[in-house]
Amino acid sequence: MSTGSIQARAEGWLGNNDVRLLVALALAIGGLYALFSVVLGFQLNGTVNTLRRVAFLSAIYAMLALALNLQWGYAGLFNLGAAGFMAIGVYTMGILAAPVTASPPGFGLPLPVAIVAAILVTGVVGGLAALPAIRLRADYLAIVTVAFSEIVRLTLRAPEFANTRIAGVAFGTGGATGLSLPSNPIRILFYTDPAATAPAPNALGAAMFSAVEPLGIEQTLVIGWAYVVVLCLCLGLLYWLMIRIGKSPFGRVLKSIREDQQVTQALGKDTRLFKIKTFALGCALMGLIAILWRLSGGYASPRMFKPIQTFYIFIALFIGGTGSPTGSIVGGALFASLLFEGPSFVRRVVAEYLQLSNAPDTLVGALAELGTLDVTPLLAYSVQDVSISALRLMLLGTVLVYLMQRHPDGLLGHRKAIASSVDLAQQATREDDNE
Amino acid sequence: MSKNAHSARSDQTQKGQQEQILKVENLRKTFGGITAVADVSFHVEKGSITGLIGPNGAGKSTTFDLITGVQRPDGGEVEFNDTEITGYRSDQVANQGLVRTFQIARELSEMTVLENLLLAPQNQAGEAVWRAVLPRARTKVVEQEKELREQAWEMLELFEIEHVAHESAGNLSGGQRKLLEMARVLMTDPEMVLLDEPLAGVNPTLEEKLIDRLHTLKERGYTFLFVEHDMDVIMNNCDTVIVMHQGSVLTEGQPEAVKNNDRVLDAYLGEEVKI
Repeated sequence: MSTGSIQARAEGWLGNNDVRLLVALALAIGGLYALFSVVLGFQLNGTVNTLRRVAFLSAIYAMLALALNLQWGYAGLFNLGAAGFMAIGVYTMGILAAPVTASPPGFGLPLPVAIVAAILVTGVVGGLAALPAIRLRADYLAIVTVAFSEIVRLTLRAPEFANTRIAGVAFGTGGATGLSLPSNPIRILFYTDPAATAPAPNALGAAMFSAVEPLGIEQTLVIGWAYVVVLCLCLGLLYWLMIRIGKSPFGRVLKSIREDQQVTQALGKDTRLFKIKTFALGCALMGLIAILWRLSGGYASPRMFKPIQTFYIFIALFIGGTGSPTGSIVGGALFASLLFEGPSFVRRVVAEYLQLSNAPDTLVGALAELGTLDVTPLLAYSVQDVSISALRLMLLGTVLVYLMQRHPDGLLGHRKAIASSVDLAQQATREDDNE
Repeated sequence: MSKNAHSARSDQTQKGQQEQILKVENLRKTFGGITAVADVSFHVEKGSITGLIGPNGAGKSTTFDLITGVQRPDGGEVEFNDTEITGYRSDQVANQGLVRTFQIARELSEMTVLENLLLAPQNQAGEAVWRAVLPRARTKVVEQEKELREQAWEMLELFEIEHVAHESAGNLSGGQRKLLEMARVLMTDPEMVLLDEPLAGVNPTLEEKLIDRLHTLKERGYTFLFVEHDMDVIMNNCDTVIVMHQGSVLTEGQPEAVKNNDRVLDAYLGEEVKI
């Protein structure tokens, strides 16, 4: 059987049911990492933790891709500053929620209040940042936003704001050392007093922990998986929201703005308002998703919000195909599992089974040896722990070039969802009239 | 054009008990050293089909752009339904009930024909994000969508393009795109439509169909101002003809009178004409 017909059959089976497609994808990724774990000889705890980490990153990148898809896929707003808006969300939440006594001090607000405030702040800042560029062409918005995100990052890193006092109020970003965030809120499900150093489990916690203890699974892993489940619920909600928006008259206007702003305006739509609203909403969502991302780690640092973070989301979106919410999830999951996490696992498998030594110090050195048709130095270089980020970048570049040439629409970008809240094929009342 | 000629004409029309829907006074637009629209003044009567003709480069499309807010005029006034709309953004102009089509059909090619039509109506409840999403508020949106769907199908029937309803607009033929564009502006429920060369690239059968629709719609009370190069079409279908030349109005009047105007002929033959 040719690969073409296999592909056609796979598409026939998976393509017409998005839920089936997503479940199949999750199983495939899970299977791959279970295999990695077996090959690397992980214990059960290690295997389950590997799966947790991949599921966590997949869910986060799927959500980020969905939020970016609202801006770029639906409305054609080229937001190159996603990382900056994520940083604003995380830091606003962190500073508002940090105890007044902490160093740097915060405002001591309850976590839910801090999160809601952070979402609002990110949305408003997003709207304001877009304001000067929104009337210009897409490329200007890209320039403004990428500059904005760097301004945000450098401001957060600046020692001047690390621990400061403005108008009598003491607070701080923590500067280059980063900011401690509230502890993982999901712990409240399992512990009676989650803030304690050695907290006692509550009824649910005791039941769960004792159930998995014989299997050698640690308490933190139970908490980690509970967090992933919450993330998946958020992802489901966001997915539903995006489909609703895509099929609404609002989504219809966005679609037409993306195609031809002048025509949309000539039909009486105030395109500036639509663009600002969409941009602000997308940024607010990015702020929220970044909060979900960092809350599990309990720590944020300006390093995490470099422009490369934005490009990661764009790559996830391009893989899945712009404009399709299902594509965004597929792209986010594939990016996180294969491109982001994949290289380090491949490296560990290679290092485990091939005894490579004498790795060159630089990539140039490794490539130079290729002249003698000896690939071992390159392989040895590639599987070093320190070069994994270089390898990842090379892989990303290759994938991008391949996508641009062979699948410019991404995996699901060719799909066209009809932007209407009702089935347009139906004309029930009219047919009744004719009878 | 002098002010006197202008007032004389408006006196004339007032005698005929005609209501003027669009008044353009001394409109001017320059691009660097080039004067695209020098001094354009004309009135359009409500419920009429008015033709706007002139050689290439006479400033017809720029005049359209200035009226509909695509470009801002350097001087002059535009009044629609006794509201001054000079310098309005194009969405504001459209919301007043004055819409336009473009010279080159600008269908939204990634969207289906029906989506194109459903985009157009004004004041859609579902254009607010929260209403589009929240379950309670959404019932209203769905109801409105159903109404619009009916309207859209009726419009498709009027223009006889029902068979391509679910087609991507980008797959339509040139003539069908013109029909779609007409149908789409009518979905905004306008009072007046500016048509920029609606018949360019349209085959004779389709042209007849389009002109026929134009008259049907005129009967329903719509006003049309359209740019066209085909003299026969203009002469046979327009109530009034406005002739532009080198950024100014050369003459205007009944088709017969314009046809026999030597200066119009000269302008079209590329001779120097004093305005």
